[in-house]
Amino acid sequence: MSDKIRKIEGITKESTQAMIDEALSVYPEKARKKRAPHLAPNDAASGCASVKSNKKTVPGVMSARGCAYAGAKGVVWGPIRDMVHVSHGPVGCGWYSWGTRRNMMSGITGVTNFAMQFTSDFQEKDIVYGGDKKLKTLLAEAHDLFPLAKGISVLSECPVGLIGDDINSVAKTSAKELDIPIIPCNCEGFRGVSQSLGHHISNDTIRDYIIGTREFAEPESPYDIALIGEYNIGGDAWSTKPLLEECGLNVKAVWTGDGELEKIAATHTVKLNVIHCYRSMNYMCKVMEEKFGIPWIELNFFGPTKIKQSLRALAELFDDNIKAKVEAVIAKYDPIMQGIIEEYKPRLDGKTVMLLVGGLRPRHTIGAYEDLGMDCVGSGYEFAHTDDYDRTAPEMPDATVVYDDPSEYEFEKFADTLKPDLIGSGIKEKYVFQKMGIPFRQMHSWDYSGPYHGYKGFEVFARDIDMAINSPTWNLVKAPF
Amino acid sequence: MSNLLELEVKKIVETPPEEIERVKNWINTEEYKEKNFARQALVINPAHACQPLGAQLAAHGFEGTLPFVHGSQGCASYYRSTLNRHFREPAPAVSDSMTEDGAVFGGQNNLHEGLENAYSIYKPKMIAVFTSCMPEVIGDDLTAFIKNAKQKKCVPAELPTPYANTPSFNGTHIHGYDSMLVSILQTLTEGKQVEGRCTGKLNLIPGCDFNTGDYREYKRLLKEMGVPVTVLADISDTFDSPCDGSYHIYAGGTKLEDAADSINGKATMTLGPYSTPKTFTWIKDNYSGKHVSMPLPMGIAKTDAFLMKVADLFGKEIPESIRNERGRAVDAITDSHQYMHGKKFAVYGDPDYLMGYVSFLLEMGAIPHHILCSRGTKKIEKDLQALLDGSMYGKGCKIHMNKDLWHLRSLLVTDPVDAVIGDSHGKFAARDAQVPLFRFGFPIMDRVNKHRYPLVGYQGVVNMVTEICNKFIDIKDETCEDQQFELMR
Repeated sequence: MSDKIRKIEGITKESTQAMIDEALSVYPEKARKKRAPHLAPNDAASGCASVKSNKKTVPGVMSARGCAYAGAKGVVWGPIRDMVHVSHGPVGCGWYSWGTRRNMMSGITGVTNFAMQFTSDFQEKDIVYGGDKKLKTLLAEAHDLFPLAKGISVLSECPVGLIGDDINSVAKTSAKELDIPIIPCNCEGFRGVSQSLGHHISNDTIRDYIIGTREFAEPESPYDIALIGEYNIGGDAWSTKPLLEECGLNVKAVWTGDGELEKIAATHTVKLNVIHCYRSMNYMCKVMEEKFGIPWIELNFFGPTKIKQSLRALAELFDDNIKAKVEAVIAKYDPIMQGIIEEYKPRLDGKTVMLLVGGLRPRHTIGAYEDLGMDCVGSGYEFAHTDDYDRTAPEMPDATVVYDDPSEYEFEKFADTLKPDLIGSGIKEKYVFQKMGIPFRQMHSWDYSGPYHGYKGFEVFARDIDMAINSPTWNLVKAPF
Repeated sequence: MSNLLELEVKKIVETPPEEIERVKNWINTEEYKEKNFARQALVINPAHACQPLGAQLAAHGFEGTLPFVHGSQGCASYYRSTLNRHFREPAPAVSDSMTEDGAVFGGQNNLHEGLENAYSIYKPKMIAVFTSCMPEVIGDDLTAFIKNAKQKKCVPAELPTPYANTPSFNGTHIHGYDSMLVSILQTLTEGKQVEGRCTGKLNLIPGCDFNTGDYREYKRLLKEMGVPVTVLADISDTFDSPCDGSYHIYAGGTKLEDAADSINGKATMTLGPYSTPKTFTWIKDNYSGKHVSMPLPMGIAKTDAFLMKVADLFGKEIPESIRNERGRAVDAITDSHQYMHGKKFAVYGDPDYLMGYVSFLLEMGAIPHHILCSRGTKKIEKDLQALLDGSMYGKGCKIHMNKDLWHLRSLLVTDPVDAVIGDSHGKFAARDAQVPLFRFGFPIMDRVNKHRYPLVGYQGVVNMVTEICNKFIDIKDETCEDQQFELMR
């Protein structure tokens, strides 16, 4: 949490509300009423959500949201590298989500990692007669062709739930026959209001089918931790895991970036869960706390200020040995980070940024921008809940606009009014704003760059933000004639 | 812990390195290939997407048109982001966000609310509605729903609202393209046929083609020929719009009045026989003028055929400028044939593209050794075989119908080629086989500006031959022994 309430010159609660009202003025009455509570000026002092969230998307407004399947396949299950993830249903969902999240994996593709697209490619007859038989056959085929796969997830697409297939029963039978975990995940895209329910359903299946079914071979240590909600986008986990290890901790499992099924299954024996993306995995932290008594702590690995605070908060939970190591790590990286700030801050000081992303980034990255001298003038999420917005309020300057599941029209209008120097959002938004001449970075995928997490990530982040904002190409947008 | 699978709780065992090594080698064997080709149910790395993606592409080809996905909202986000990544352009589309209650009560309420909102906010001239899985499975009646929407005044009665059923569990993106296109044309041309009227124009249907350069190339060639044209559906400005500091949600597309008047055209030609069969059949039954189906004009001979057919239809001479252009393209290929002659290729993609790649390769004296079509019919197989049979370089080439890119990988490692042609998804197989991938298909998500370089026409030949030959020369320069490294190639 930031120490004091910050203000942005020219932005007041009144000016922000006027901007919101103006954007909604073209909406039909009913849609306007539905959207209005999702848009509000930030109330930094309250430390509470100023907007409603996790409600149904208003039809036809052009939301950026995805679906439960996307949350299950793309976010939670997909990054586990040593499993075959079957997109069960028609060909499209798996194809669109194939290799498009940038959750990087080690290993050999097709041998020890399975960063591929597995699908049952439903045809008309599968809809009519059901797909359970096909599923049973394909599970055996997958096991046969990929003998080193540690397990298989079955991720249902819309038709599976609608035609009443029983994937749970097929998974159970096949798991016994093949003697590998086969996890059925009823994450049909029509369930819930966004990706978020897909995260929750996936967490529940980990709880029901995975956790506690393996044990680490080596003896336990008081420094055993798991890193939860770290998806290794652009290699993030390859920055954060070594950092935590440098602090003297044993990272026994990463959920689920570059993840390994068996290590995830044995996580119930760790001493602490460190969670980064709270939205997508807080459920499992709470389950492990209740069932196994494992405490958890939510940290932020973006930018040196937040990293330092996070590492110290972490050290508080351990003995003097770890505290000393953490201080040594901070002392080692502080001057390096200072060097980066000295290089980039002069070019970025006072610049403004607007964010619209998913899980944690609309709040967690704000500190990293501030380290570079930038101000966040608007932030929002595709699929957040009230607890996310509660956590966001103190991070944002007062009275800046908060938007929940904004339509493209609203986002465009806000950007047009606020004229930020940078927008951080997704691929669907990127080219809209670049046409407007506004520098943009994809903040889901790190725009094919990364890592952005940890000390290693801040150097890349700072370079990319500077590159986006200060590229000379933007000077050529307006023709001189 | 629930352990619902009731499997034994075990200690974690790391896979031994020698076992990893064994499997790594095994997946490159003939034995593995046979096992892989024996698959009955599992599809791995398919080379096709689903129908609604193609439907959205067709919708983007018309002026002021908002694509509208009737179904789950995640579907729309997937189609949009795929188009964004390929073109590096916006791809605005809305969805009516059907959820569980839609499964119970049907999607009419969502559709009506969605239409009203989309119309008020985005002010389209046309809304093109197409479906994803959910309404198709539950059996939503689009005809009735849209009629009711107009009665309820969700959108004005006069707003064109073509709609297409595009189930994802049937066909591929090319079939969705066809269904949406024919519906748009049916809607726009209704009542527009005028006895005795002739626009004097060619209606050109490029088919489900994701290369904006191709569309511009057609328009340039026809302008050169002096043949006025209406392109149905023209995505060239939609997905290749200027960056000038302003965003226009509808950046391009065929003018609706031109599309409406296309029913009175002098001639209608499809260049996507495999991606527009429904559209073309309907046009034959309903459009004035002549109707011609031609293959995608990739390669010299197919470009010749295209231009001669246009000349014939419009009673025009092919101008000197185009003759010279052809001569320059032929100059380019004769100058560089030695770098491609006898080289073996594996190609995969949509049928229209495949026919084009194969014709082009055969013209160059290259060998389209593996031809893989991930969803195809006996007719496509027969047409491909006829192409192969027409050239000595087609001898022994193999067509693999209804196979995926994991099959392709097995082919590349057991029966190797020098290069692969296809979309970005083939990069994994190509890397494992240590051969270059030429990205000529859709989607291309890992190279810039490829969609701006036409593959059709004479210019397309120059573009393809330049890219391919220079890559082969690069490889030689990068991999040859020092004593073989020389100035000239």
